[in-house]
Amino acid sequence: MHRFANPARFLRLARLIQPWTAAAMFACFGVGLYLALVASPIDYLQRDTVRIMYIHVPAAWMAMQTYAVIAVASLVSIVWRHPLADVAARAAAPIGVAFTAICLITGSLWGKPTWGTWWVWDARLTSVLVLLFIYMGYMALWSAFDDRQRAARAAAVLALVGAVNLPIIKFSVDWWNTLHQPASILRRGGPTIDPSMLKPLAVMGLAYLFFFITVLLMRMRADLAAQRLEAAAERRVMAQEVPA
Amino acid sequence: MLRLLTRELRLAWVERSGGAIALIFFLIVVSLFPFAVGPQPQVLARIAAGVVWVAALLACLLSLERLFQPDAEDGTLEQLVTHGLSFEAIATAKIIAHWLTTALPLLLLTPLAAILLNAPAASWGLLAAGLALGTPALSAIGGVAAALTVGLRRGGILISLLVLPLAVPTLIFGVGLLDPLAGVAALKWLAATTLVALSVSPFAAAAGLRAALE
Amino acid sequence: MPDPESASPLTVTDLACRRGGRLVFAALSFRLAAGRALLVTGPNGAGKSSLLKLLAGLLAPAGGTLERPGHIAYLGHDNALKAVLSVEENLRFWAGLSGGAAVEDRLARALDVTGLAALADVPARLLSAGQKRRAGLARVLASGAPLWLLDEPTVGLDTASIDRLGPAFSAHLEGGGMIVATSHVPLPLGAPEQLAMGGR
Repeated sequence: MHRFANPARFLRLARLIQPWTAAAMFACFGVGLYLALVASPIDYLQRDTVRIMYIHVPAAWMAMQTYAVIAVASLVSIVWRHPLADVAARAAAPIGVAFTAICLITGSLWGKPTWGTWWVWDARLTSVLVLLFIYMGYMALWSAFDDRQRAARAAAVLALVGAVNLPIIKFSVDWWNTLHQPASILRRGGPTIDPSMLKPLAVMGLAYLFFFITVLLMRMRADLAAQRLEAAAERRVMAQEVPA
Repeated sequence: MLRLLTRELRLAWVERSGGAIALIFFLIVVSLFPFAVGPQPQVLARIAAGVVWVAALLACLLSLERLFQPDAEDGTLEQLVTHGLSFEAIATAKIIAHWLTTALPLLLLTPLAAILLNAPAASWGLLAAGLALGTPALSAIGGVAAALTVGLRRGGILISLLVLPLAVPTLIFGVGLLDPLAGVAALKWLAATTLVALSVSPFAAAAGLRAALE
Repeated sequence: MPDPESASPLTVTDLACRRGGRLVFAALSFRLAAGRALLVTGPNGAGKSSLLKLLAGLLAPAGGTLERPGHIAYLGHDNALKAVLSVEENLRFWAGLSGGAAVEDRLARALDVTGLAALADVPARLLSAGQKRRAGLARVLASGAPLWLLDEPTVGLDTASIDRLGPAFSAHLEGGGMIVATSHVPLPLGAPEQLAMGGR
């Protein structure tokens, strides 16, 4: 576990991996977008709007996966006090917000032509919206502290509380919604998915995943660099305190 | 005063606290209503304007406690005065900064809130216009309350008690704007309310700040 | 440095101060000529800080009159630093508000005298208590104001830092400036006039 605790070792590794994940991301986006927007069949009911799915569904996957990454990193941070875990959790949050926002916005754009409305309080949409709020609260908590150690501790606890709470929210929202609104008209895509649609979806999913890894590494490196700058400034303050 | 305003905006940007939290709070409050009253689009459309207004009012309250308090604590307020700024100028700059950092972003989020509440698209414009015209009054009234409570413990709660009753006319006329029959009259009253609030508040807030330094 | 001609002397006549219903002092009179310093001494509660706030225009006198230059620099108990801004950003704002010519020059010299030049780009939140106090003093030094009002300027400063202020103080006085300071420890003010305020 602590073999990677050394930020210098992590930085070397990150510098090594990042070009490859970036290349994989561009390749997957290239192939995926071609397959999704040009080569895939159109839906006989939804026509071209079905193509929104290839942007929308992987964003939804990644929105949840990113939260899982934050929760796991927070657990590692609390249990093993691994310094890089905090950096990873903090770096992942804005990416998660971006995925969640993409998911909500594309969903809204998809909803208008298919359901005739930008937004409905469907269980799924509602729980993704709540996920967005939890992400934002998490980021706000991180930036609320001056002391990084305290911020990391508080944010990790919140991330874990959120992880426990998310299934409850999902469950309660499902229950709340079915009480009022039948899910039948809101079902997306249909129960089965055609293989001709599955392949572009899978490639796009990979593209999103590589995007996440690349940006996560970039943000972690930036965060570590910022910490080094801050430490250097602190050393200058200390050095200046003792008259030369 | 312009210098103070630009510095306030710069601080708000660097500290990245109040404004963003107010925005999230606004969206969360708006999205609580469907849970509470049920997600039926007709019900939501009926209450949408009122909900957006109340949520905006509450969100505006959030950043008020930190409007003058940090400056009073770290000696900035004293320095502004000894550097020749009048209390009225300080209060005016702060009120404008509050509007720009809290109310203006809220205004930009109202279409989103309107979508969430299934408000008819035709009403978005009136809703935004009402908020654009009414929120300066909220910032002004809030500035007075914040100035009067500088240095008090539990100032934040007190601010809410002071602002909410004074904001009632703005709320009534702001929502009234969407009434097809009384809309024009409400518009005039809303504008009048805001003008009165804007013209009185710098002096009232200045009096509060002056007392805080005693 | 301020022009001696423009620095009208400080005249205080029968000044009285009342705070929170308590009469802090009354019938206080003194004059300070251009180029002179005044050291205010006295026990806690004698009204030293209140006097400086009155001179700074932060308090209204309960009685008496007070004549002073329009442009002053005041250092209170707090240093008016914003934690997220760098030392230089903090000082530049105040120097800009003070106005006058050669803001950059005054700023650079003030940073130099207070030994903060090397920390100009550091956020104020990282500074030690002594460094923050020096930043507060740098603001006064950079103000270009003829009258400096310093309330316990040396709180948190080591003797080396205090000694470095001596030349800056005497340069200000030689240029026709005035300093009114309160202090529990000796200040490098040359031979200041003394005002002993009695407690009760």
